[in-house]
Amino acid sequence: MKMTQLALTAICAISATVVMADKKATDTSPAEDLKVYRDYFNKRFPGIPLNEFGNGVYAIDKVSRDSWEAIEEFPPYEPMIEAGEAMWNKPFANGKSFASCFGNSPAQRKNYPHWDAKRKMVVTMELAINDCLEANGEKPLGYNKGKIADLAAYMAYQSRGQKIDVQIPNDPDALAAYNDGKAFYFARRGQLNFSCASCHMESAGMHVRTDTLSPALGHASGWPVYRSKWGELGTLHRRFGGCNEQVRAKKFKPQGKEYRNLEYFLAHMSNGIEYNGPSSRK
Amino acid sequence: MRKTASFATTAVSLAALFAGASMMPTAAGAADADTIKYGKEVAFDRKKGNCLSCHMIADGESPGDLGPPLIAMKARFPDREKLRAQIWDPMIANPGTRMPPFGKYQALSGKEIDAIVDYLYTL
Ligand code: HEC
Ligand code: HEC
Repeated sequence: MKMTQLALTAICAISATVVMADKKATDTSPAEDLKVYRDYFNKRFPGIPLNEFGNGVYAIDKVSRDSWEAIEEFPPYEPMIEAGEAMWNKPFANGKSFASCFGNSPAQRKNYPHWDAKRKMVVTMELAINDCLEANGEKPLGYNKGKIADLAAYMAYQSRGQKIDVQIPNDPDALAAYNDGKAFYFARRGQLNFSCASCHMESAGMHVRTDTLSPALGHASGWPVYRSKWGELGTLHRRFGGCNEQVRAKKFKPQGKEYRNLEYFLAHMSNGIEYNGPSSRK
Repeated sequence: MRKTASFATTAVSLAALFAGASMMPTAAGAADADTIKYGKEVAFDRKKGNCLSCHMIADGESPGDLGPPLIAMKARFPDREKLRAQIWDPMIANPGTRMPPFGKYQALSGKEIDAIVDYLYTL
């Protein structure tokens, strides 16, 4: 109870540079938010085309860009795309396959995350993958890494070039989920008292030690990501967990309500940027 | 707002007076070399202050730049309490701060913060 109050006060109190955060999450519409968000990053990083932000920190960090481009020529995630393709093609015990859940096309990125009015929840691509497995009597996969990331990598690869186009329908429940994700984004948490925005908006381009902080714009585009620090692929929600832990906060469950709503907000803010996963990062 | 500002000015000029008379009182008396060394260790330790993640500090390696370089601390923070408060809870000085409240959220103990302040005064 106390934590929530603290967080909400913090949303109102955070620095004036972030106009969105000065208000309560429900005060502005998604369309207004999108404009403020875009203007903020355009001012902070003038001249960088919208789509470039899909490359994370490499959109703004010229120094590390070269070695990143070299890595992307022989990408470390290639074998995982192949493993994912094999998963896509392999029939379940009941003879059906993933194709039966996804309209016969692995190029599904553009359809997720979306608001599911019947289930009254945000459905992400990873969630839909496990729903598919369970509907076919198969065991669901772990959400952070491994097989689910392989399949997501294959599906993302087949979807490259599709644009993020996450709509918030005129439905109070959908709007509530969006506002929930937005409040999460601006709430300070953990012993170090940071919000996502403290690092990825207000400090974007600055350095924590030698790490350049990437701008939040485009954060939802390139997943799953092969991080050399992980030595493997990881999902967006794995990264959320890592960033929560960095500020000594407890991480939430991957694909739990908090992170799905967070992804919903974050992806909406990146509308118009191309899906370009999988990607490699430091 | 105004009140704090004028209070701060008074504190600064008082401190300057004491400093001028070279008898500025410190809570624990003049810091000894061991305390200063300990303060530096706590400030640099990644599991403790980890101040280098955001501040350039003297000979510290690979500093970040979210916060200003910590230099000339005595000149810029003549009031010891104000410097201590900045580490205890920087939200008092700046509600929108991106510096963690080390004391308030118990990331560092009062003793550790006092030692850091002693160390900072050598910079
Ligand atoms: C204390 C600073 C800090 C905070 C707070 C923080 N992050 Fe991060 N985050 C980082 C660093 C450092 C990286 C790695 C470098 C980079 O890409 O920015 C990173 C990377 C990321 C990435 C990967 C970007 C990419 O292109 O690979 C995402 C997504 C992300 N953070 C989201 C979040 C979200 C959402 C929150 C809040 C729940 C958050 N971060 C809070 C420091 C932070
Ligand atoms: C994650 C970032 C971060 C960390 C870690 C951090 N600081 Fe800061 N610090 C800042 C920022 C940003 C400011 C600028 C003022 C503000 O925003 O409140 C600041 C300001 C200061 C100031 C005031 C400097 C001035 O010129 O006004 C002092 C003193 C200071 N920090 C000391 C420390 C010490 C000592 C530590 C470690 C125990 C530390 N900081 C750790 C981010 C940080």
